[in-house]
Amino acid sequence: MKTDTIAAIATALTNQVNSGIGIIRISGEDALTVIDRIYRSKNNQKKLSQEKSHTVHYGFVYDGELLIDEVMVLIMRGPNTYTREDTVEIDCHGGSLVMQRILDTVIRHGARAAEPGEFTKRAFLNGRIDLSQAESVMDLIQSKNEFALSSSLSQLQGAVCEKIRELRARLLHEVAFIESALDDPEHISIEGYDAALDHAMEELSHELRGILKASEQGSLLKDGIYTVIIGKPNAGKSSLLNRLVGRERAIVTPIAGTTRDTLEEQINLGGITLNLIDTAGIHSTEDFVERIGVEKAIEYVEKADLVLYLVDASVPLDENDRRICQLLASKKTIFLLNKTDLTQVVSARDFASDFGISFDSGQNRLIEISALEGTGVDLLEETIRNLFLIGEISFHDEIYLTNARQKAAMEQAYQSILHVRSSIAAGMPEDFYSIDLMDAYEALGEIIGETVGEDLVNEIFSKFCMGK
Amino acid sequence: MSYLEETYEVCVVGAGHAGCEAALASARLGLRTILFTINIESIAMMPCNPNIGGSSKGHLVREIDALGGQMGITIDQTFIQSKMLNKSKGPAVHSLRAQADKAEYSKSMRQTLERQENLTIRQAEVTELIIEDQMVKGVKTYSGAVYHAGAVVLCTGTYLKARCLYGDVVNYTGPNGLQAANALSDSLRKNGVELFRFKTGTPARIDKKSIDFTKMEEQFGDERVVPFSFTTDPEQVQINQASCWLTYTNEKTHQIIRDNLDRSPLYSGMIEGTGPRYCPSIEDKVVRFADKDRHQVFIEPEGSATTEMYIGGMSSSLPEDVQYEMYRSVPGLEHAEIIRNAYAIEYDCIDPRQLKSSLEFKGISGLFSGGQFNGSSGYEEAACQGLVAGINGARYVRGQEPMLFDRSESYIGVLIDDLVTKENKEPYRMMTSRAEYRLLLRQDNADLRLSRKGYEIGLISQERYDWVNQKEALIEQEVKRVEHVNIGANEAVQELLKSYNSTPLKTGTSLAELIRRPELSYEDLGDIDPERPKLPYDVVEQVNINIKYDGYIKRQMKQVKQFKRLENKQIPEKFNYDIINSLRTEARQKLNLYQPQSVGQASRIAGVSPADISVLLVYLEQMNRGGMKDDK
Repeated sequence: MKTDTIAAIATALTNQVNSGIGIIRISGEDALTVIDRIYRSKNNQKKLSQEKSHTVHYGFVYDGELLIDEVMVLIMRGPNTYTREDTVEIDCHGGSLVMQRILDTVIRHGARAAEPGEFTKRAFLNGRIDLSQAESVMDLIQSKNEFALSSSLSQLQGAVCEKIRELRARLLHEVAFIESALDDPEHISIEGYDAALDHAMEELSHELRGILKASEQGSLLKDGIYTVIIGKPNAGKSSLLNRLVGRERAIVTPIAGTTRDTLEEQINLGGITLNLIDTAGIHSTEDFVERIGVEKAIEYVEKADLVLYLVDASVPLDENDRRICQLLASKKTIFLLNKTDLTQVVSARDFASDFGISFDSGQNRLIEISALEGTGVDLLEETIRNLFLIGEISFHDEIYLTNARQKAAMEQAYQSILHVRSSIAAGMPEDFYSIDLMDAYEALGEIIGETVGEDLVNEIFSKFCMGK
Repeated sequence: MSYLEETYEVCVVGAGHAGCEAALASARLGLRTILFTINIESIAMMPCNPNIGGSSKGHLVREIDALGGQMGITIDQTFIQSKMLNKSKGPAVHSLRAQADKAEYSKSMRQTLERQENLTIRQAEVTELIIEDQMVKGVKTYSGAVYHAGAVVLCTGTYLKARCLYGDVVNYTGPNGLQAANALSDSLRKNGVELFRFKTGTPARIDKKSIDFTKMEEQFGDERVVPFSFTTDPEQVQINQASCWLTYTNEKTHQIIRDNLDRSPLYSGMIEGTGPRYCPSIEDKVVRFADKDRHQVFIEPEGSATTEMYIGGMSSSLPEDVQYEMYRSVPGLEHAEIIRNAYAIEYDCIDPRQLKSSLEFKGISGLFSGGQFNGSSGYEEAACQGLVAGINGARYVRGQEPMLFDRSESYIGVLIDDLVTKENKEPYRMMTSRAEYRLLLRQDNADLRLSRKGYEIGLISQERYDWVNQKEALIEQEVKRVEHVNIGANEAVQELLKSYNSTPLKTGTSLAELIRRPELSYEDLGDIDPERPKLPYDVVEQVNINIKYDGYIKRQMKQVKQFKRLENKQIPEKFNYDIINSLRTEARQKLNLYQPQSVGQASRIAGVSPADISVLLVYLEQMNRGGMKDDK
């Protein structure tokens, strides 16, 4: 039985908007070591492994120097836990992306993604669950596994699966070559192979990183941040949209509008997906609120995870602006003062004095941009991402449970390849490369449900001529 | 009632490399042992290549030696050339390979057997197993004589229903024209043993006098020879070595082969057995690797007192006339005179998944087997299985628990586990890539890994065991010391580093850190390490490796720890998996069929998923706790 340290998102992920608190559970020998590596208290003095059992601690999860989320951490030492092992629960702000990021961080720092039903399995094996429940534990393991397998395979249909097979084939070929030369050094020589292998590994590592990034984006693409752009006609909505859409890293997917009045577009902005409710589609009349009705406007704004309020900074604020500001009273909003290329007559102070809007609380942000010239758009992008990463905004939940294992496996493969490269750089002998190459091969296999078996031996014999 | 009846404790059938180790182990453990051979002249015969060792096989020989087996000692006494392969690679893949004087090897092994107390050698063909109630009771020979025995170890090699082929010629014999064993297969079948048909092959032997060596590259042995056996004094093996020679096939050779493929029994369909992919015949190489314009040919002496030369790389089953034409197309062999033809050989062997890890048959108590009979290939693979089968046969008779070897401690463990759990469609050969923990399973530390086991078994003397323990302590002490030796960036240090093309130090560091630099070793740094104690070479070697590859070694040790957890979860014998509803059908069938002994072994059976293993763990736990309840 494995007693290494496992982790998973423990709360059921639903499709409800902002499901509230999310819990990441860690169980096993190293649970406290792992949390020590990623947790920082407010004064950065506390080590959770030194704290008493069954206590709750406020603080932050960091991945290295990068702040991931503000959290509450519950630490419980075995055997008085569900699994009877040391257990840590991280309560975060929910939102599947944040939860996913925390889980990724936990995995990167020494835990591994739990198998389906594994917490329950451990609880049973460690004597926590009554004997009469054994039957249901076994069923649970098998059914959870089937579910995980079918859902992960369905997510992996097609291109990804093909790509992983191709990567594995390339890895296997390299190992087989090394191994055939080790096995039959008098027939097959690998002198000077380091450079070629390093080159191949460089390529491979780029591709793996590409997939890792894409899979992050891929999971976000399913559901984005519901973002409403509002503003008066001529505020520059089209220019802004074109700016965003036209950016190198943006992926635009036109999808049918949810109402005939709006156009909904999905934009991937540096790994973050925005579902833009493009009220720029409504430009036949002057007033956004007038045109779609107050109820409708409220409905949009309420539905939004984020509002981008575009203001023409070259003309003074008017009554329309006041009405819009009232609508936005309780909404996370980024005020965009556009047209800073022209003479600017509106500033942050005007919003404060005229409409009582404050930019100090963190509820509202203000950015000056010129959609026409493109200035300030970088800052906008960064602001959205930061809001997102610290959990200030989140989006409709998705199931990432199966993805966590796939991504962890992919990450592991990537790390193994990096390890190969550092072994090459350190001048290690060739047989050391095989170890990490095979680790990468195995990790990639986990994603598509394939094990190693006799693959290597078969490849050696079929590709390389050896023997007496 | 038979006219002749004798009683022994252990009976070994076959005196090849497996049989010799089995018989010696059993007799050395004090059991009255009888060893049968079809021909007394063929004891420890090498019917194929004249080598012991080679990549991963050298590891096996070292392990056999660490456990108190014979192969390493005998080859140290009879080799004529020796090389450490892969010396430029990591220590895990260094492998010793010796050219043997075949006749001397055979003679020396026979002497060892003859001088062994408790051991009787008997020339006779065993034709029948005596089995009652799924328990072996002895064997019967061709003449009708009955030999009672508590345990029987089958090491029949390639002799069961053997036939040799080249062209359209078929000889119903074992290797080298020796009599085949035609009756035992039927007796096995009658007792429910499932047999496979495997094949292998060997190249021609050519008269040295007819070879023009000026057209070949000479291949020398190592300047400083390392012995196989941990008990051999290294000074004893510094001999005048024989040379081998390297030449190549060419397009003409390949054309001759292609033109005559239809006359090969392999391609005409006459051979039914499955041949090994790693040891392809020259016709296989030409067909499967059509893009290669030449293949290496190693010309190796078969001994000092013979002119026979082994033509490594050109095994074949082509007709005699084609063989002449083919060999003579190779530079240096233009006037070759063949002494023995190349041929393919087919034989019966078992599906080794019928065996437990102890090499006892799952269905027949007291019946053990080793060697090519188990579907392996190679002298070394055979010898190590023979050793394990002999040890466990002896332990069985004594009523002791079998001695098991797992994948994390030895190549022997890897080999046996592969045989008994994995589907094997060709003669199985050891390879370093099959050992997932190979960084730990080095040929240089076989004694450290296995002497304790050898001692527990009773084949390693107290004195030898004490030395290994002492060696272990010395290594540990020195590693610890070296980790704590500080090296300053002084002139002497920088000078030394410069002489090895190593980057000068900016600040002080530990001696261990310097040793970890690829261009440096423990031995190189003696001058800047004044406190260094005088240590034997084999201790120094271990200290160097342990420090140099510390990171990798620790990683593998961690993996081994995980591995052991599942490996130590035993499954009861004759377990009925049908009662576990949550297992998938495929897993249930496979598990019922192969009856793995541990959960770890179950996890390596194709068709058993990780979820099935989890289910199995939960079930076993339930069973254990249920059992505890009953006790109360």
